[in-house]
Amino acid sequence: MKKQIITRRAAITTGLAALGALLIPGCKQPMPPNYGNILRMGDNFTYAAHRALLPGQSLAKEYNFSEISSMPATGTINPADSSKEYFSESYEKLLRTDFENWSLPVEGLVARPASYSLNQLKSFASRTQITRHTCEEGWTAIAEWTGLPLRILLEHAGISAKARWVNFYSYDGWLDCIDLLDAFHPQTILAYGMNGKNLSIPHGAPLRLRLEKQIGFKSMKYLERIVVSEEYIDPGDIGWAWYNGI
Amino acid sequence: MSSVNPQRSEKVTHKVWVRASHWIISLSFLFLVFTGIEILMVHPRLYWGEVGNELTPALLEFPISRNHQRSDWEEKIPFFDTPDSPVSAGRNGEELMFNENGWGRSLHFLAAWFLVLTGLVYLFIGVFSGHFQKHIWPRIRELTPSQIFRDVKSHFQLKIAPPSGGPQYGILQKIAYMSIIFFAFPLAIITGFTMSPAITAAYPFLLEIFGGYQSARTIHFFTSLSLEIFLIMHIAMIILSGFKQQVRYMTLGK
Repeated sequence: MKKQIITRRAAITTGLAALGALLIPGCKQPMPPNYGNILRMGDNFTYAAHRALLPGQSLAKEYNFSEISSMPATGTINPADSSKEYFSESYEKLLRTDFENWSLPVEGLVARPASYSLNQLKSFASRTQITRHTCEEGWTAIAEWTGLPLRILLEHAGISAKARWVNFYSYDGWLDCIDLLDAFHPQTILAYGMNGKNLSIPHGAPLRLRLEKQIGFKSMKYLERIVVSEEYIDPGDIGWAWYNGI
Repeated sequence: MSSVNPQRSEKVTHKVWVRASHWIISLSFLFLVFTGIEILMVHPRLYWGEVGNELTPALLEFPISRNHQRSDWEEKIPFFDTPDSPVSAGRNGEELMFNENGWGRSLHFLAAWFLVLTGLVYLFIGVFSGHFQKHIWPRIRELTPSQIFRDVKSHFQLKIAPPSGGPQYGILQKIAYMSIIFFAFPLAIITGFTMSPAITAAYPFLLEIFGGYQSARTIHFFTSLSLEIFLIMHIAMIILSGFKQQVRYMTLGK
């Protein structure tokens, strides 16, 4: 028999070692908990692989104005609706004065914690982007979003070097967070405008997140508060992946 | 599994890496089909292009879940003051919807990792060991019309040869295996990547080659359907050839 130069075992071990080496930078990322759940372990593996293998600051595709499409509003469509489980009394009060008294606290690991009114947020440099909303259900829609890059707000508040997560609280009762790579991405904006008008209630008025490199439900509507943290603030296993880049 | 092949005398059996990857990929594929159906049931409509949702026309609709043709929408509000303006509408009755994507999507991607990583190892060894060249890739002399005709005829007569115990394949068999190894599985994986917002941000050409997110989703569906048809045919051929022996050869190698 001919002598094999590359043995099977060598080929497999080299391949696996190469793959492992590719994933090491990803493993240095602070990781969300997996709750001992094999599905959440898979989610974290995807997160680590994406962070290790994909360029961090590449931009999601932007579209032409003529490509703007119809868009369903799903999940919470009005937190001021008292017949719903997600009803928020404080949101209803704010809506009565057309969000004049609404403001967004930015807290946690920032040098200058403050609460920003809508007009203050609108006075920052803005970004307008026409992007595709990709819902976990399988549908998509294209819309134009206007808002301030989250990065500008975090820098204005003086984000600490120890910060690792940016947490969002919403009026309809959600808590979610993103890592700093997503938080500082140029297309990650706090949107107050949609298709040239103020953001409507079904789509998250007065302010929502737009996170263009993840699935739609990560773009939280009805923002109430932002908290910057070093530790992962654990909402418990909600039965859904935390990272939704796929 | 062999039909009209003279290589029997070589006594080549299925290699351990072929057997291991065969079963890991089979199991991953079954999980992918199961969760894929669940995911489709959440939104049982297919479209072409970048955009598709319940406020836009569908290419195909499947009555496979209670989410099929829901009508519980708030009033449609146009975004612009033009007659053909796109609209917004709020969806009511969220609690009545079918949606098991919380585990469905994560299990789909977990199974996909097993399939992709095993598939890469399989392709790597397959190329460098000469397995594809020796056993999968058709030889020129096999590609004559009379050879192919003879193999087609014996398939129609359901004359499937008993197991050879190794990778000694007929010409139709080689073409079928080649199609799924080098075309259907890669296409399913790449159209899957095209549905990832993070991956398409890094590689926007994926959206261009398939004509948009929804086109990729539609191609993903039909590719998986073709793989399911392959699976049914494959099992039928195994049964006709000798189920117990074939499974033993693919599991134990002897």
